[in-house]
Amino acid sequence: MLANFTSVALTIVGALTWGLLLGGISRSVTARIHGRMGPRVTQNFIDLWKLFRKTSSIHHGGMFWMAPMFRITGAICVLLMVPLVIGQNITYNMSFAGDVFLLIYIMFFGCLGMALGAGNSGHPYAVIAVSRGLAQMSSYELSFSIAVVAIAVGLHTFKIEGIVAAQQAGITSWNIFRFPFASAGALLAFLPMQMAYPFGIVLAPQEIPIGPPTEYSSRMLSFMLSGRALFGVAKLILFVSLLFGGASSWLSLFVKTFLLYMYPIVVSSVFPRFRTEQSIRFLWFIPTTLALVDLVRVML
Amino acid sequence: MYCNQPPEKPGNKKELLEKITNMARANSLWVTAYGTGCGAIELRPLHTSRFDMERFGIAMRPTPRQADVLIISGYLATKTLKRVIRVYEQMQDPKYIVALGSCTINGGMYFDSYNTLNVLDKYLPVDVYVMGCMPRPEAIIDGFSLLMQKIKDGRAQGWKHYKENLDYYRENQKKIITDWDLPDYNW
Ligand code: SF4
Repeated sequence: MLANFTSVALTIVGALTWGLLLGGISRSVTARIHGRMGPRVTQNFIDLWKLFRKTSSIHHGGMFWMAPMFRITGAICVLLMVPLVIGQNITYNMSFAGDVFLLIYIMFFGCLGMALGAGNSGHPYAVIAVSRGLAQMSSYELSFSIAVVAIAVGLHTFKIEGIVAAQQAGITSWNIFRFPFASAGALLAFLPMQMAYPFGIVLAPQEIPIGPPTEYSSRMLSFMLSGRALFGVAKLILFVSLLFGGASSWLSLFVKTFLLYMYPIVVSSVFPRFRTEQSIRFLWFIPTTLALVDLVRVML
Repeated sequence: MYCNQPPEKPGNKKELLEKITNMARANSLWVTAYGTGCGAIELRPLHTSRFDMERFGIAMRPTPRQADVLIISGYLATKTLKRVIRVYEQMQDPKYIVALGSCTINGGMYFDSYNTLNVLDKYLPVDVYVMGCMPRPEAIIDGFSLLMQKIKDGRAQGWKHYKENLDYYRENQKKIITDWDLPDYNW
């Protein structure tokens, strides 16, 4: 019991640290691509602490306060439901509790809470961003869900543990090779999930300055940034488990999540942004069709 | 081995926490993206790879809610003052003001103009002045390092001064803004 509790606590703290560190690394990498030095890799920790210690005097109703909590709760649930390192049972945390569908639902739940809170702030930019975000989310969720269903049906299991266990016979047994089309669909859906360009229509700095968190400040913003870091790591671990054979050791967990994290950063640095309808049209057609190809293949 | 000096007494916990927080504040300055005078044009190069202010942890924020620093980038017109007050008071504490250019110090070349303010300090608490007409990006970076040092030393207390002497500032502001319709303090 105590060991489980410790493992859960360490997972959350570790994921938060790793998420913030990855954020710092990504800022440095983006700066180097621009030919700049960029901030320190620890910049996100400094920002977080500063925000945490600022005063808060803004109130926009109950949902406004609850939104970051929804986000953090969603992120922690996803994080704890995915086994971290294969073979080390203690790192499986609560992965006995649900299957991939529950995970997809919880991922949606965190974003929805955020949308309600940002909507409650009443700022026009936040509201525009929320409507864009929800429209885009329903588009990429479709292709992501079809990809997950294709994999689950192909492997005859909806359990994350089962999906990871089925990929342990060498690199060729990874789902990215066994279900190439579904994986391509899921990886394309991963870009808008991470709000990467060309799908960065939610935060769109030149149009709706920063979108949903416009009215958030101080402590609330620090919670929101922590939630984002946690959610980012949770999604990375989920994708590593679904497509890249899970992690057989801590080193492989860090390397795989790091490489996967770099993928949207690099794509983001070289692409301009879609307009909302272009983004949605792309997500409805290309990744969804790709994911459907594999679903039909496994059904036949 | 022995030491002939008595061991230094560690400061109390609150002081230590404040010191650490001040270090964080100094190394993470978020600036409201708002320009008032011609000096704003010299802020743009700060984002480029040549000057790159992100390496000091300085970033632009599009909303005053999240910003720590308000830059008054040159002359402040009497009409703009109302907006600037509103932006400044919506920022969360602690907050700092950096004023660029001679115009903010003594009116500069607009010293006898009917529609610009001469001494900014009377209307808003300025933490750091950067002189020049207009200050080059290097000078602005220098101003920022001065602000960072002041924050680290706990000397950048303009926001406290503003709250404590709100009546003084309000009196001066109301002399300029004749159609005053702002609330007592705009959160
Ligand atoms: S100091 Fe010079 S550059 Fe700056 S606002 Fe005044 S006139 Fe313009």
